[in-house]
Amino acid sequence: MGKEIIEAQNVVFGYPLEGGRKSPVLRDVSLSVAEGSFIAVLGHNGSGKSTFAKHFNGILTPDSGTVTVCGIDTAQEDRLYDIRRQAGMVFQNPDNQIVATIVEEDVAFGPENLGLLPDEIRRRVDKALTAVGMAEYMHHAPHQLSGGQKQRVAIAGVIAMTPRCIILDEPTAMLDPQGRREVMEAIKKLNQEQGITIILITHYMEEAAQADRVVVMNDGRILLDGTPREVFSHVQELKDVGLDVPQATELCWRLRQEGCNLPEGILTEEECAQALAQLLEVGPHACH
Amino acid sequence: MLRDITIGQYFPKDSLLHRLDPRVKIVLTLCYIIMLFAASNPIGLIIGIVFLAVAYGVSGIPAAMILKSLKPVTPVIIFTAALNMFFIAGDPIWSFWKIQITVQGLWTAVVMSIRILCLIAGTSLLTYTTSPIALTDGIEQLLDPLKRFHLPVHELAMMMTIALRFIPTLIEETDKIIAAQKARGADMESGGLIQRAKALIPILIPLFVSAFRRADELALAMECRCYRGGEGRTRMRRLKIQGRDIICCIITGFCIAAVIVVNLMAPHLIPM
Repeated sequence: MGKEIIEAQNVVFGYPLEGGRKSPVLRDVSLSVAEGSFIAVLGHNGSGKSTFAKHFNGILTPDSGTVTVCGIDTAQEDRLYDIRRQAGMVFQNPDNQIVATIVEEDVAFGPENLGLLPDEIRRRVDKALTAVGMAEYMHHAPHQLSGGQKQRVAIAGVIAMTPRCIILDEPTAMLDPQGRREVMEAIKKLNQEQGITIILITHYMEEAAQADRVVVMNDGRILLDGTPREVFSHVQELKDVGLDVPQATELCWRLRQEGCNLPEGILTEEECAQALAQLLEVGPHACH
Repeated sequence: MLRDITIGQYFPKDSLLHRLDPRVKIVLTLCYIIMLFAASNPIGLIIGIVFLAVAYGVSGIPAAMILKSLKPVTPVIIFTAALNMFFIAGDPIWSFWKIQITVQGLWTAVVMSIRILCLIAGTSLLTYTTSPIALTDGIEQLLDPLKRFHLPVHELAMMMTIALRFIPTLIEETDKIIAAQKARGADMESGGLIQRAKALIPILIPLFVSAFRRADELALAMECRCYRGGEGRTRMRRLKIQGRDIICCIITGFCIAAVIVVNLMAPHLIPM
């Protein structure tokens, strides 16, 4: 292999309850993530997706099974520092992950912890802020920024440590549509231009559709795994576990159920519009 | 409304004083305080006042800000002056029944008032011209030698930074909680002092709970960014002593020397 950056094998995990028992959250999950890919992990609340994400940089360790990040087993507590250098994490609430009172100081926080030289830190801070399009806000205080801007600062803080992989745990859940768009664009750019592996935990279908690969989790297990097209063609299965599909996919699926001759695996509005236009050209007998 | 709050008293400008190294500024402020208390005759005090006036002039801080900083200490000054005036024994210049004012008392009152005024105005100048972050950086580096005595210098500085960072966030949150409690019929504006204090409880409890949750999340986020305390940590911004810092030190040193010389040369100016 060698190209797998994260490898989870038969991970079982439960949060401890009173009386020594555990509430099972992950029941035998295996996943391998190829370096440079963009993976979205989908699931509704309580599906175990966030818990699974916390295994990717050693915040949690499995009760049984193994998680290997960049070849290091997360169970080795003394190597946590090395793991976290390689796998950065962005959390849901941007307010609770910004440490410093000035944007550039916050982005410098990670590299400072790595003990880099001041000039190198400066260079990385400038590069990271430019990469997320926040360079002009360098000297602002975090509370002067919008939610989307704060979350991009948090992402810059992670990429300034030059990780090979970034795990984002519902980074857009607390943002407005504008902020969500900004964050998604920043993430995609990092993946395409710098080749950083992205693992995006989300419950927005439109965001998941932008990934290379979608993993759907339900009740502590992986339900579906494949390209967005493959996964979102399982409309009925997704609906059974309480998930939606992108609106365009849903429309085509419904029309197909009504007997219209539409192709499977439509994800975007444009694809949908094209397919519908083709259908209309065929004439009124296209559906029956 | 909360978007534009400023933390501390920092008054952003680009003057010589603003650009001085924060460490130098802190040390010089301490020196200035010593100088004020060393000055015991009129010439010495005048040097102190002129020094301060020049410093304010260079900093470009408006004079109104000086008055603003002095306002809260007026009662203290009046109280000290009154105490000194009436209770110091000496040659009376005015007396009525058991109360008498002496030359020495009057002199001490004037000297003490000038000292306190200059002290407050001088230390305010430090906070006006130094941003809270620069101040924290300066304190951290100045206290650095105390690490040998196991004083958690880095941790203290980090705590200060985080406190500064979260003040606006928590103020915003308090506003939200107040609005939420009002929407549920909470009455904050009427009633006596005790009732108003009681009305604060439903605001403080959610605020504390949320602050603890934030602290927990922040700690996790910091750990994920490889934070391991002060060990092996470097800083992006290096503080460097430059020419202007040295010049300011020399000027201050010269003033202190002048005060001492004046004290020794002209002791007869002090009424004894």
